[in-house]
Amino acid sequence: MTALSIPARPAEDASLRPVPWRRMGWVTWRQHRFALTGVVVFLGAVAVYVWINGLQLHHAYAAAAACHPATSLACSRLIGEFRVGSFLANGFNLQAVPALIGAFAGAPVLARELETGTFRYAWTQGFGRWRWALAKLVPLAVAVTAAAGAFSALLSWYYQPLFLARNPLTLFPIPSNSLGAGMFDLRGVAFAAWTLAAFAIGALAGMLIRRVVSAMAVTLAAYAGLAFATGLYLRLHYLPPEVARNSFSFFVSDPARPVVVVSQWWTKGGTTVSPSAMNQVINSTFQRMMPVVHSSKEGAVAALKQPTNLHVLHFLTQHGYTQWTSYQQASRFWPIQWIEGGWLFALAVLLMAATVWLVRRRAA
Amino acid sequence: MNVIEASGLGKRYGSTWALRECTLAIPAGHVAALVGPNGAGKTTLLNMAVGLATPSAGRVTVLGGRPAGSLAALDGIAFVAQDTPMYKNLSAADMLHLTRNLNHRFDQHYAEARLADLGIPLKRKAGRLSGGQQAQLALTLALARHPLLLLLDEPVAMLDPIARHDFMATVLTAMADEGVSVVLSSHVLAELERVADYLIVLSRGQVQVAGEVDDLLASHRMLTGPAGEVARCAGRPVVQLRRGEVQAHMLVRATADNPVPAGWEAHPVGLEELVLAYLREPGAAALPGPTLLRDAEPSGVTQ
Repeated sequence: MTALSIPARPAEDASLRPVPWRRMGWVTWRQHRFALTGVVVFLGAVAVYVWINGLQLHHAYAAAAACHPATSLACSRLIGEFRVGSFLANGFNLQAVPALIGAFAGAPVLARELETGTFRYAWTQGFGRWRWALAKLVPLAVAVTAAAGAFSALLSWYYQPLFLARNPLTLFPIPSNSLGAGMFDLRGVAFAAWTLAAFAIGALAGMLIRRVVSAMAVTLAAYAGLAFATGLYLRLHYLPPEVARNSFSFFVSDPARPVVVVSQWWTKGGTTVSPSAMNQVINSTFQRMMPVVHSSKEGAVAALKQPTNLHVLHFLTQHGYTQWTSYQQASRFWPIQWIEGGWLFALAVLLMAATVWLVRRRAA
Repeated sequence: MNVIEASGLGKRYGSTWALRECTLAIPAGHVAALVGPNGAGKTTLLNMAVGLATPSAGRVTVLGGRPAGSLAALDGIAFVAQDTPMYKNLSAADMLHLTRNLNHRFDQHYAEARLADLGIPLKRKAGRLSGGQQAQLALTLALARHPLLLLLDEPVAMLDPIARHDFMATVLTAMADEGVSVVLSSHVLAELERVADYLIVLSRGQVQVAGEVDDLLASHRMLTGPAGEVARCAGRPVVQLRRGEVQAHMLVRATADNPVPAGWEAHPVGLEELVLAYLREPGAAALPGPTLLRDAEPSGVTQ
């Protein structure tokens, strides 16, 4: 039993203006420092790995690039040594990083409050509930986006040698793939933007689902769906693709002017030929062009005369078929980066605004 | 000033009304007890008063007309929710810091001194405190904000008798020292007799009784008389009738001045007895008109 008495209440006029925003700084840090530290430690550990491998990669590239003449045996051995570490090779492994940040840093922000009931404490303090939500989400979003941005700067440096389209490194297949799902979103502004979007998805999922684990699962699923849709379709259609006619050179990587093929289709006499029908035509043409073999001796000669794909294609174009190829030039890397970064940023802002609105509206 | 004012307030979850047609005004300067069986709408009413739930019908204001849940309202209200939810991984000191940062006013000195008084270590994590200590910590956080209104949702339900006593003593001290108005919900009736001076009985989502405890006690009498002569007392509104083989007990609305029929005895009633009688007769009971509502219909009149 206490004998303390409460001093008289200070002047009431203070209550007319809201509690200052900056006071939430300590609150957010104190409650989410483990999540933030976790993100930094996790990214830092991967960064050390990337950095060590990157030094080797840059060294190998410099050695291979300086080698003369490029066709010599010693040089080809150097080129052979110039390759990306297997973990980093396809870029898909690191695609998981934004998703994990969204699930582990974004989803619990509101879901944990709702799951444990602490929202009944937090939302009834003088700070006000929607201000509380905003003051938590924005600094956390900025922090994880900045961490991801720094990490992606390191990745850009790591992959840099692969995109220097210079002899003798043309053997390396990646340059034409600079807009592909694996490499594109690890570099430029895309990685940070994806991380921000994943965080916002996580926050909204947490608000809607109110359970930490379920919200994390939904965040991962939603991110995966969005990333696949973007990588497989959306990204190559931000800007209208250029279209080429009977341009078979796209089958061969052109290091001076790398492109990414969006789609290919055939027409005959102004109407589109379905892919399955076209496959049959190509196969039968191929069969018809095969030399007839009677003995094993002739077979050896016939093998040399076997038609190549290019022969078949030329044959078809001479017989009324036209092949169309739509493509994006790899030089559009930065415009496409900014478009992707832009819409992801807008999406993240929209999702966070929706989250704050829900916090304000939600009936317990 | 009314600390809580509701008119036609209703809350529906799906197709069931947790609270409906609730009209009441709780004046400042009381320890008001919100009583009712489980599911009567006590928590729903408090949640709407503090802005955690939005009304499906009607409106509710606090502290003399501030909209429930607005910044001005939150500034003057301290709410201790059921089971006193707290960040389990934060220490008591962190909880003080947190609450200080989230509010205009926070009396750090008072809070620390009170926790020391209660023997609650500042460095211990909230999740490792006992149930009674958690409740006391939550109450300390609430009181250190110097609220005008303290809302407590089932504050003592989980506490043992000693912790319950200490908790209520703290509430009463704050009430006496600073004039904090208190509204608490509870189904622990025995505790109310000692602390509450204003009573609201909720039943099946509607207000059944509302008024100052002294007025309510003064306006109810328990009549005891022969079982066969119940009809002779029909002049008064009967809250509850219990008829035995020989004797009948009747809780009626009557003051000490009202005449007692011949052959009957009148006794004053206790608060617990009164509340129980109303709770047992949710349908039959006519409401004693809430004396403090001047412009509104007496609420909770049975259909």
